Amino acid sequence: MGKFSRLGNDLYNGHRSIDFVGRWKRWYAISAVIVIVAISGLVVRGLNLGIEFVGGTEYSVSLPSEKVTQHNADKLRDVVAGLGIKDAEQPVVTTSGEKAILVQTEPLSSDDITKVKSAMAKAVGIHVGDISHDSIGSSWGKDVLNRAILGLIVFLVIVVLFIWAYFREWKMSVAAIVALAHDLVITVGIYALSGFEVSPATVTGILTILGFSLYDTVVVFDKVRENTTGGKAASRSYAEGANLAVNQTLVRSINTSIVALLPVAAILYAGVVQLGSGSLKDLALALFVGMAAGAYSSIFIATPLVVQLKRNDGDVEAINRRAAARRAAVDPYASVPSFAEGMPVYADPTTTALEQARHGIDPEQQRAAAQRPMTRDRLPKGYLKEQENLPEELEDDGR
Amino acid sequence: MAAAKVARPGRTLILFLAGLGVLFGLVAIGGTWKPELGLDLQGGQRITLRAKEANVKPDAMAEAVKIINQRVNGSGVAEANVSSQGNRNVVVSIPGKSNQKLVDIVQRQARLGFRLIACSSENPGPCATGGGTPAKASGRAEEALAWRKAPPAAWVTRFEQSTCPPGGGAALQSGEKSASEDVDAPGTPMVACDANGRKFLLSAAPVEGKDLSNASAGQGQNAVDYLVDLRLKKDGAARFLKVSKALYSNGQEAFAIVLDGKVLQTPSMVDGNLSSRSSITGQRSLREATDLATSLKFGALPVAFESDPKNETIGPSLAGNQLSAGIWAGIVGLALVMLYCLLYYRGLGLVVIASLIAAGLSTYAMVLLLAGAGFTLSLPGIAGLIVAVGITADSFIVFFERIRDEMRDGKTMRVAVEAGWVRARNTCLAADAVSLSAALVLYIFAIDEVRGFAFTLGLSTVIDLAIFFWFTKPAVSWLGRFHFFSSGHKLSGLGTETLGVDAPASAAITGGAA
Repeated sequence: MGKFSRLGNDLYNGHRSIDFVGRWKRWYAISAVIVIVAISGLVVRGLNLGIEFVGGTEYSVSLPSEKVTQHNADKLRDVVAGLGIKDAEQPVVTTSGEKAILVQTEPLSSDDITKVKSAMAKAVGIHVGDISHDSIGSSWGKDVLNRAILGLIVFLVIVVLFIWAYFREWKMSVAAIVALAHDLVITVGIYALSGFEVSPATVTGILTILGFSLYDTVVVFDKVRENTTGGKAASRSYAEGANLAVNQTLVRSINTSIVALLPVAAILYAGVVQLGSGSLKDLALALFVGMAAGAYSSIFIATPLVVQLKRNDGDVEAINRRAAARRAAVDPYASVPSFAEGMPVYADPTTTALEQARHGIDPEQQRAAAQRPMTRDRLPKGYLKEQENLPEELEDDGR
Repeated sequence: MAAAKVARPGRTLILFLAGLGVLFGLVAIGGTWKPELGLDLQGGQRITLRAKEANVKPDAMAEAVKIINQRVNGSGVAEANVSSQGNRNVVVSIPGKSNQKLVDIVQRQARLGFRLIACSSENPGPCATGGGTPAKASGRAEEALAWRKAPPAAWVTRFEQSTCPPGGGAALQSGEKSASEDVDAPGTPMVACDANGRKFLLSAAPVEGKDLSNASAGQGQNAVDYLVDLRLKKDGAARFLKVSKALYSNGQEAFAIVLDGKVLQTPSMVDGNLSSRSSITGQRSLREATDLATSLKFGALPVAFESDPKNETIGPSLAGNQLSAGIWAGIVGLALVMLYCLLYYRGLGLVVIASLIAAGLSTYAMVLLLAGAGFTLSLPGIAGLIVAVGITADSFIVFFERIRDEMRDGKTMRVAVEAGWVRARNTCLAADAVSLSAALVLYIFAIDEVRGFAFTLGLSTVIDLAIFFWFTKPAVSWLGRFHFFSSGHKLSGLGTETLGVDAPASAAITGGAA
């Protein structure tokens, strides 16, 4: 941890700097590849919509873990298919985690549901009460989907307004939205590629990561603004200030992401391994992928994008010009030795005529001394300790 | 203002702890120490009916909920909970149990019947003699009339074994009756109660809901009381005529209007020649008359529902598994975050742990208090709480990193805490505003099951703010008074080593580089 902290300090001071802004082409290319893979996954494989969206009946047969076997799954499939109920002729049977087998059929009437349940209970030798089911007509799905889309639109509008009000800056809003879209596409793409089921819990998870992704971006942009306005802007160009901001918040970003992902990982484990299906898994997977993508995009996408968008802005050009001017004008007082404790009085540039008289200093002689090349003895003690490359003239002790 | 806070971090801390104490005092008054669990965690059944129209008027919805509630509870399913959700859905849930027949009960149209009274708790009539055998008759009206004269012994026994809850309530509690039984099928006799706890043995219904063409409330021409005007369709009118003749000639005998197994009123037959037009007089107020007319007319629900209700049943094993998985994830998630913070922030990690514990306690108290307002903790709700651990811990990380940054700029710990606080506060307010608005939008647009997630996420965000302002900040300020922290001990999390800066003396000389 100590080394990590040291890195944190170096990043903060700018002693060590990762060029996030300058190497934007590389980051954009990486993201572009991931996004293209995600979109092609979405187009080619499509989303595996759960029964909430397409309608159907899903039974969860709770069993002791030693009975959750492929053999029992096959048995359940044969039993259900053999009932002679038209909509249950082709049940989809999967094991779900350690303690359940899932059986899906088309939507059934409540009489048929009772029939299917008692047949399954008999087949694996459990009580009917231990079979859970969820039956949803296909008309519901559209409603759920419409609401999710409406929620997404409303949320995005609120987000744009919020960022605009907070940063007073539409270009930052645009960059934040692009980062959000990036995270969304990647998350949805992973759902398509992995074939995980999409349920209302998934949609909720996806809407939630919009908040998280934005949260990260807000923190980074906050620092960008701090570094590029007022006194802290100093002699940095806008791009440098923004890059420093990312470096300065890097440790925080990493810590935040780890701390946010740890509990989500715990939920994901419980959802996938222990339960195998249901709202925990759906929520956690969307959150996990989305948060990871969100942390990435706030650093690698949002900030470089802001710098590029603002490249031609008047105020940014002013900042950049000032930075360039400061750098071009080599410090005009560089040759004046600065005051230090223990400096010989004659060398002190602030010595007054009265003091000169009192100490018997001849100003003429002193002026001549000042004309001499700078030498080691004329410098205060310890001044050179840190200097590694001494100028040529200091090599010669010319007393 | 900031200065005042700097001066007395201890006071804020004590006030906060006192507030937490008050919160738990309120919980103690409430008396429940376990949160109300959702159906997915304790098992049970939930049926969601959806109206065909998108926007149902609130009073129509309330009426529908009332009728369905009567129907469900009248069917003998104890503790069923009926509520409307949004302006389109009605949710019927039974915690802990399931009953597939309930779907039919909930869905079926309300049953209205005019039935003849064989015996009642006030007037045992033929029941006093133990019943008999009804005379043979043809036609529904004739059969019912004959049946009421001499109900069979089996029905008399059933009548006698049934009890009505005293002081109203329509639930009929009889020995072996189960909810699955079709108690008020129009073609069979039945035992029913009225709102005053009177018990009736009733014949099959000679006139039923579908015979009715209209019912409206009004005032009699020269009467002070209110009445309900009835219009019957042709077949029903013919049967009603026979009934009215028989009852009128039998000393203006009363009959029972039964809705969903419950006796609404028992008007006496004061005219022997009623058929298609009739009226029920003696309503005490216009409201009572309107209520009756509505019940008669809409015996069917005031709202048309789609024919494919959502039907979920969660068995006890699944519920148990989900509960234990949720608790497991919560404990492991919390432990991992605490461990990480302790490793990374050392001494300050203790502040994180204390803050998380304070947040956990506050959240638990709020969940318990909100249970009184109908909040139930579901699996997505637990997920929301766990995810919020990350949000809460993030506030601390922002704060601590700011403190460290300020110290890297050369400030002492106590100054850095105040300077870092001002900056961290703004960042956290902005970030929490984002996640709060996210939770709000989610809550509005999420469907029922996942709404718990949005709710707990929002709740945790608010609690996070409270903890951050009134616990974490004062705690760090207070710790700043200890030499261990202010001197930057190696294990305090603020040592020069941990910060990665050089010793202060040399930092002053090389400081120009920054």
